[in-house]
Amino acid sequence: MPLAAVNDFVIRFANVNGSGSASANEMFARAIMRMGVPVAPRNVFPSNIQGLPTWYEIRVTEAGHLGARGGTDLMVAMNPQTFAADVQSIEPDGYLVYDSTRAIPPGSLRADINVIGLPLTAMCNAEYSDPRQRQLFKNIICVGALSALLDMDFAELEKLIGEQYQGKDKLIAPNVHALHLGRDHALKNFACPIGLRLKRSDKVGNRILLEGNAAAALGAVYGGATVCAWYPITPSSSLAEGFARYCKRFRHDPDTGAARYAIVQAEDEIASIGMVIGAAWNGARAFTATSGPGISLMQEFLGFAYFAEIPAVVFDVQRAGPSTGMPTRTQQCDLINTAYASHGDTKHVLLLPEDPAEAFDFGAAAFDVADRLQTPVFVMLDLDIGMNHRLCRPLAWDDNRRYDRGKVLSAEDLEKARDFGRYMDVDGDAIGYRTYPGTHPAKGSFFTRGTSHDARARYSEAGATYVEGMQRLLRKLETAKNILPPPLRINAPAATRYGVIYYGSTAPAMTEASEILGRAGHSLDLMRVRAFPFHQDVANFIADHDAVFVVEQNRDAQLRSLIVNELNIDPVRLVPILHYDGTSITARFISGAIGGWLDTLKVTPLRKAVS
Amino acid sequence: MTYLAKPKFHHPSLPKNAIGFTRRDYEASTSTLCAGCGHDSISAAIIEACFELAIEPHRVAKISGIGCSSKTPDYFLGASHGFNSVHGRMPSVLTGANLANRDLIYLGVSGDGDSASIGLGQFAHSMRRGVNMTYIVENNGVYGLTKGQFSATADRGSKSKKGVVNTDNAIDLVAMALQLGASFVARSFSGDKGQLVPIIKAAIEHGGAALIDVISPCIAFNNHPGSTKSLDYVRAHNEAVNRLDVLLGREPITVDYAPGEVVSVTQHDGSVLRLRKLNDDYDPRDRLAAMDFLQQQAAEGQIVTGLLFIDPDAEDLHANLNTVRAPLNQLGDAALCPGSAALDKINASLR
Ligand SMILES: Cc1ncc(C[n+]2csc(CCOP(=O)(O)OP(=O)(O)O)c2C)c(N)n1
Ligand code: SF4
Ligand SMILES: [Mg+2]
Repeated sequence: MPLAAVNDFVIRFANVNGSGSASANEMFARAIMRMGVPVAPRNVFPSNIQGLPTWYEIRVTEAGHLGARGGTDLMVAMNPQTFAADVQSIEPDGYLVYDSTRAIPPGSLRADINVIGLPLTAMCNAEYSDPRQRQLFKNIICVGALSALLDMDFAELEKLIGEQYQGKDKLIAPNVHALHLGRDHALKNFACPIGLRLKRSDKVGNRILLEGNAAAALGAVYGGATVCAWYPITPSSSLAEGFARYCKRFRHDPDTGAARYAIVQAEDEIASIGMVIGAAWNGARAFTATSGPGISLMQEFLGFAYFAEIPAVVFDVQRAGPSTGMPTRTQQCDLINTAYASHGDTKHVLLLPEDPAEAFDFGAAAFDVADRLQTPVFVMLDLDIGMNHRLCRPLAWDDNRRYDRGKVLSAEDLEKARDFGRYMDVDGDAIGYRTYPGTHPAKGSFFTRGTSHDARARYSEAGATYVEGMQRLLRKLETAKNILPPPLRINAPAATRYGVIYYGSTAPAMTEASEILGRAGHSLDLMRVRAFPFHQDVANFIADHDAVFVVEQNRDAQLRSLIVNELNIDPVRLVPILHYDGTSITARFISGAIGGWLDTLKVTPLRKAVS
Repeated sequence: MTYLAKPKFHHPSLPKNAIGFTRRDYEASTSTLCAGCGHDSISAAIIEACFELAIEPHRVAKISGIGCSSKTPDYFLGASHGFNSVHGRMPSVLTGANLANRDLIYLGVSGDGDSASIGLGQFAHSMRRGVNMTYIVENNGVYGLTKGQFSATADRGSKSKKGVVNTDNAIDLVAMALQLGASFVARSFSGDKGQLVPIIKAAIEHGGAALIDVISPCIAFNNHPGSTKSLDYVRAHNEAVNRLDVLLGREPITVDYAPGEVVSVTQHDGSVLRLRKLNDDYDPRDRLAAMDFLQQQAAEGQIVTGLLFIDPDAEDLHANLNTVRAPLNQLGDAALCPGSAALDKINASLR
């Protein structure tokens, strides 16, 4: 029996990079979304494989499960180099759509799948003479055919074409024509629709589809960043590029055309963070965007900024390490490298968004937090959030909100102030007052240094002075706990002895996994951690349970280590659930791992009885 | 900021500059460097230059890396904000600071280890970006702070205090700066205040990347026979190509020069540089000729000093980036935040 499902399947496009497939794929995903059916698209783009393969996977999910599912129900195999492997990866009774212009060797197809051959190249060659057009329209024809095979609302595709080529109206008709070519061919040659079908629904609501890097970049624009220094690295480059794009749109003086921002592509990540720190010291909101290797290079400066108390915002779009690792694969592997970045006793503030909407919120808030706490702040994205379109709530901004520039003294403040010492803890929150250079002719200047200093920023190697400063830095992080986004707790309907802690891009898969586990009789309380240092609620949550699973995407259980270390938790209470093969974590994986553990627990008494 | 500097009360006999400040107002903590260290003479020259230019000290940001040389910002301009950063990274911190507020004067202080060894990359990139700054390298050919190892500017064949001969070729920061497009390049000697002070003044008035390579003997570790950065060696091999007077727009020109000997260069800000030629063939407005001349003289073991190159019409990084006139650090919410209506439009385009 061919697979049959409505609004609940996975379709995967196997493409050749640079063949213009990306925009056709995205249009296809958006059209499904416009039908009110949630989609979870993901890019897979290996960095170094022959044939430049890229895959674009769309999970169609009426139930709104936005994590990766695993497996492929319908494969659109357009890359000859990966064809054999792509065919192998189809679920039994699934579907294969391929370009049948050239006959494929007999025996290379499986008997247990349903094969749909579209003569795409032949159709294009018959219709178009320009090679580039042949290539581009091939993708559109394919989408047209799929619309018939899956019973898609064709009007949505036509509308999207109209929007995409708004202003280039000449291109609309030929694209719509190509859509029709594919659709008509499928209707004529196959029994449409196949078992996998789309049906209009109302599960999308007012949600939007965008990439985390674009959202974070927009957050930086809204958060008032004026200086960006960066060095290209996948998967973070599109964040800096997004900032440039949005600044072009929103940050030019309408009269003079001059820029209210400065972006420097630095010579490396050391220079990037140096510029950020220099700019922030001088009163501008500044950030850099990077990935693990960049964080490694920034270490010395990050310790400096911690010790000299300079705000800086760093977006870390994590990818699989160590070293170059798997540069185009996702992981949550920089937690320890950022939390304790640099030599000596350091500890940094991390914000852990789960999706683009939160990447926008935290991206903007990071600048307030950094200014308020006068310390570096990391916004931890990963490739899965950063470089994939994700369905999320609309971005929101309160026009009454004002930037919190923290404790900064103006010239008038200095006139009134009886005393000024850069690192004096006047308010008891362990945060001193700072001044921007050039503020006052006679008052408020100080010397910023990485060497040990007293409350007046004067050089001092007196042990007691040093210890006092280091203790104050610790107290400052206590202040931080109350201004950072608190963890979110979702209790199971019935009381349970088990809990789960997770963060970031694990969220959608975790939510789905808890539903699966719930159906299997394993109920779990959930806690999504959103910042480091940890809020007291995290400790309370662990205290409330016999065992807590810590689900994360790295080998060494970095979040778990941080919890053990910072909250003094007995490691036995925290069960690591680790996914780190570079693919997006799935509900199948999590529910399998946690379910297996809980099942073992359940049978233990039985084994005892036998022995 | 429209703050007017208030003259302080000092002994009436102390000379005052145009804004009523005495030299004392440009001083700071007492130096902790070795007595006789060349770096202290450079600090004194910076104080003198700022005094003569009548700069309000708080309008200067002094930024350095790590080294004996980089410690010196603690010893001049006590009323300025200072930033003693990490080893070799002064240029990036200064670049960022400059982007945040284009209205301050940026004084970068570094050493030869700081700029030519660990920080060569940042040195080079700040030059090619044209950051508006005065970048002073206090060049002693050794790592003073870590006790006398060779730095990358030590000449091949020169001898360390322990008798080791340097076999690596030297990096010439002046040659590099010229190649990289710096618009003001000078070399001087800590022992020649008369030459150094006007060069610093001209560099501060300059509107682009200004490098001053100051040979600054390390008394403790590099002042022995066999060193090419010792006081005696530099005195014997110093070949000044010109002498400089800096005339600010408001000052009447009082000095008379014999015709033909003097080149006048007017910078963007109106300051006039009068260069008395000591070498007839040398034209500091010709970058290629300067590079050529310097290479030839270096091959003969001569240390060429003076204002070596100037492009008086230089533009800086802000011009390249077309940033607004107002300092970026003074833009408020209204200028920076696009607001909820714009966000709603973005949301609508993402459905
Ligand atoms: C990352 C790092 N590596 C090494 C050092 C040790 N160190 C301090 S100063 C210095 C050399 C300074 O030489 P230079 O810039 O020529 O300054 P000088 O003391 O000669 O004025 C070194 C290697 C350091 N502070 N940081
Ligand atoms: S060691 Fe050398 S460079 Fe350092 S202070 Fe002493 S003389 Fe100056
Ligand atoms: Mg040195």
